[in-house]
Amino acid sequence: MKTGGVVLAVLAIAVVVSVVATPRVPSLKIATTSSLYDTGLWGKLETIFEEQNGVKLQIFYAGTGIALEYGMRGDVDAVAIHDRAREEQFVSEGYGVERVPFAFNYFLIVGPEDDPAGIAGLKPEDAFRKLLEDGAEDPGRIVFISRGDDSGTHAKEKAIWHEAGFTYEEVQGSSWSKARDGYVEAARGMGPTLLMANEKGAYTLTDNGTFLAYIGNLDLVPVVETGAMLLNVYSVIAVNPDRHPGTNTEMAGKLVEFLTSPEIQAMIGSYGVDEYGVPLFSPCAGAEPED
Amino acid sequence: MTEIWQGLIRAVQMIASFDAEVVEIALRTLSIAGTSSLLAALISLPIGTLIHFRQFPGKRALINIIQTLYFLPTVIVGLFVFVLFSRAGPLGELGIFFTPQVMVIGQMVLITPIMMGMTISALSGVRKELLETATSLGASGLQLGLLVLREARYAVLAALLLGFGRALSELGVAMMVGGNIDGYTRMMTGAIWLATQRGDLELALALGIILLFLALVISVVLNRLQQRRSG
Repeated sequence: MKTGGVVLAVLAIAVVVSVVATPRVPSLKIATTSSLYDTGLWGKLETIFEEQNGVKLQIFYAGTGIALEYGMRGDVDAVAIHDRAREEQFVSEGYGVERVPFAFNYFLIVGPEDDPAGIAGLKPEDAFRKLLEDGAEDPGRIVFISRGDDSGTHAKEKAIWHEAGFTYEEVQGSSWSKARDGYVEAARGMGPTLLMANEKGAYTLTDNGTFLAYIGNLDLVPVVETGAMLLNVYSVIAVNPDRHPGTNTEMAGKLVEFLTSPEIQAMIGSYGVDEYGVPLFSPCAGAEPED
Repeated sequence: MTEIWQGLIRAVQMIASFDAEVVEIALRTLSIAGTSSLLAALISLPIGTLIHFRQFPGKRALINIIQTLYFLPTVIVGLFVFVLFSRAGPLGELGIFFTPQVMVIGQMVLITPIMMGMTISALSGVRKELLETATSLGASGLQLGLLVLREARYAVLAALLLGFGRALSELGVAMMVGGNIDGYTRMMTGAIWLATQRGDLELALALGIILLFLALVISVVLNRLQQRRSG
């Protein structure tokens, strides 16, 4: 009985020490949009960056909304997101150093192959209008899954609604949205939203990178793929050290350099070719891509 | 249904091959939940014993409050610790947000009320005559405390185990203040959540089965210890 107690005590101490004494390796905390994470791109870049810089990269899976909140509170050193308006605001309010675009791709409206709303080939804003009008009459057959999480994709969706002539409140207040199977806010990341849309035979707005990365699990097909509204630019922003002195600004700067370096840009431009036959992203080293 | 079967097979494979990643996550889960349970027990046992013995105004109300906190939702604890320890928060200076340390703090907030409240209940089950005899033999307060804890050890152990179980199985705190960072703050529940979110149901189920398996091992070991002691 004595030995049992001693063994337990030793175990307990070992457990406490292992947590409290977790090695504090230098780390860089970055909050990244779920679409960049779900494609697996970060997983690949992570190892290279860590080896080059002797730092532990800690990545948070977060939509643009909460990612920016982490940045404003100084809980991360950098953010990698895709919502130009909010990014510019983040920088102009002094939370971020500079907005640096590093990759882009396009949004798609995907949906069931038989296209029950008949929106194939329409412009995105016209497609949305038709979805809302027909959906109000026939919810259950015409379903749209929205991210509903204040992410960059969700912001893009709101912008398209706006372009279609509706405020987001009007969409949320519509009878389509009130129906149990109509306009549905998923409140989850891009990959899970696609899986949910697939499950319900619904339409959704997605970036083509995540769509391709999930295509093996989906019966959904691209329905609307062209339109000026559909450009999707990813940027990285280092958090401003003036606001939060504790942040690792030097390393965040290195991450920005890393992402826009020719070697990594080439890697981003070819990421996914092996697996999907086409690249998931196009590089745009530091400059705004032109449509 | 096939996922469940596949998940089970994968779980067995992972356990049998000591899958490095799973072992790492499992050990991290045990050490974080173990630390918070141990620290919570170090707070709960003495204070719970003290509350049991002392008579003071508001004792009933205090016990009521402690019992109310049994129902604390993990997301509320997560939110509370987030606001406190985030760099912009009042304790942000510590710079421990998104670390295992802050997860331990969050889990302690979550499980201390359970451990303390159940300790108090356990002690009230001890026969009064025993204490009266000990007091008449001149036992000190500390001796009385240890005696009563010893007498109620099975119920007290159950209290500690329940707290540990809640720490091991919670997701809200781990996600909200740990950040679910791969290789650093990801616990079993966070790994299950992420696998599910990504549609890898087989992996998610396998991890779930492994977590339950861990719980089984722990309860078997504790049962053995208990039997040896009583035997």
